[in-house]
Amino acid sequence: MTEISDTALWTVIIGLGLGSFCLRFTFLGLIGDRPMPEWLLRHLRYTAVAILPGLVAPLVVWPSATDGQFDIPRVTAAVAALAVGYKTKNVLFAMLAGAVTLFSLLYLLG
Amino acid sequence: MSANQASLAQSPLRQGLTDGLPFVLVIIPFGMLFGVLAAEAGLNMFEALSFSVVVIAGAAQFTALQLLNEHVPTLLVLTSALAVNLRMMMYSASLTPHLGAAPMWQRVFIAYFTLDQSYACAIAAYERNPQWTSQQKVTYFFATVVMICPLWYAATAFGAWLGNGVPDGLALDFAVPITFIAMIGPMLRTGAHRAAALASVVLSLVFSFLPFNLGLMVAGVGAMIIGAQVELWLEQRQVPQTGGADD
Repeated sequence: MTEISDTALWTVIIGLGLGSFCLRFTFLGLIGDRPMPEWLLRHLRYTAVAILPGLVAPLVVWPSATDGQFDIPRVTAAVAALAVGYKTKNVLFAMLAGAVTLFSLLYLLG
Repeated sequence: MSANQASLAQSPLRQGLTDGLPFVLVIIPFGMLFGVLAAEAGLNMFEALSFSVVVIAGAAQFTALQLLNEHVPTLLVLTSALAVNLRMMMYSASLTPHLGAAPMWQRVFIAYFTLDQSYACAIAAYERNPQWTSQQKVTYFFATVVMICPLWYAATAFGAWLGNGVPDGLALDFAVPITFIAMIGPMLRTGAHRAAALASVVLSLVFSFLPFNLGLMVAGVGAMIIGAQVELWLEQRQVPQTGGADD
């Protein structure tokens, strides 16, 4: 295996750092406290629930640890964490429920 | 319930520290994994640490490292990893109504520290505490990252120094999804939030074949539109007779 060249590595580190900062800064930095239109705010209210579930859904359905094979313990743990979080509104209880479900099922089925 | 009500009485600083705490358990193995993979790809400790300090974005870093390792052209490495980070722009827009009034130097640091974790904590806390001033919201935001970020750097360096496998019998791969799922549950307050979340899951799975993680962007934009439309529709149903004739 050939080594990654220093030029390529540092170009990526610095380019990705600058690019990511620009993505993170654009709205917050340039718009600041200027008012945004109501239709845009209406959409932005749903950013968190529109991105985070989509971010984790493939990791739940096709976990990398099982090479993308559907895995009953992981899916059940995800459902448990979601249900407890929804019912109790308590993030820590939800994480605990997910972890306990995952480890028990891995132990029972493994 | 009682834990949530008790948290209402706490200061923004204490709430931020408390809410950031669970991520500490997750960020250590995740950072170490990045360090280990970086070492396996031939990076020394300084290079691995620089990666985490300059870029400070887990998923994009893993993508970039993998593509560098496959000797993909540099421009393509950059484009792919930035596409993975496109969601940060939406986070930034979503935080602007809350934090846009902060002084410029604070907004620069907020931008740098905008992560999945800090964003998710902040949006949930701002909805719980609508009475917070702009400065209290800023304090909360920084409190959530005060432990996460130094540990992300330290764990990366430690993993690179260690240079070989983190034990994988612990199913740590699933720690990251579980922490986010646990945060999503309490966010599903209204029908519009639930519809957006469901749309996000379905669309991201359907469009997962798209390259550069663009399926997530399709899912994000689609789910935001669905959330906004359901909100409008629910509002109209609540006031069926009285005018409200804007669209």
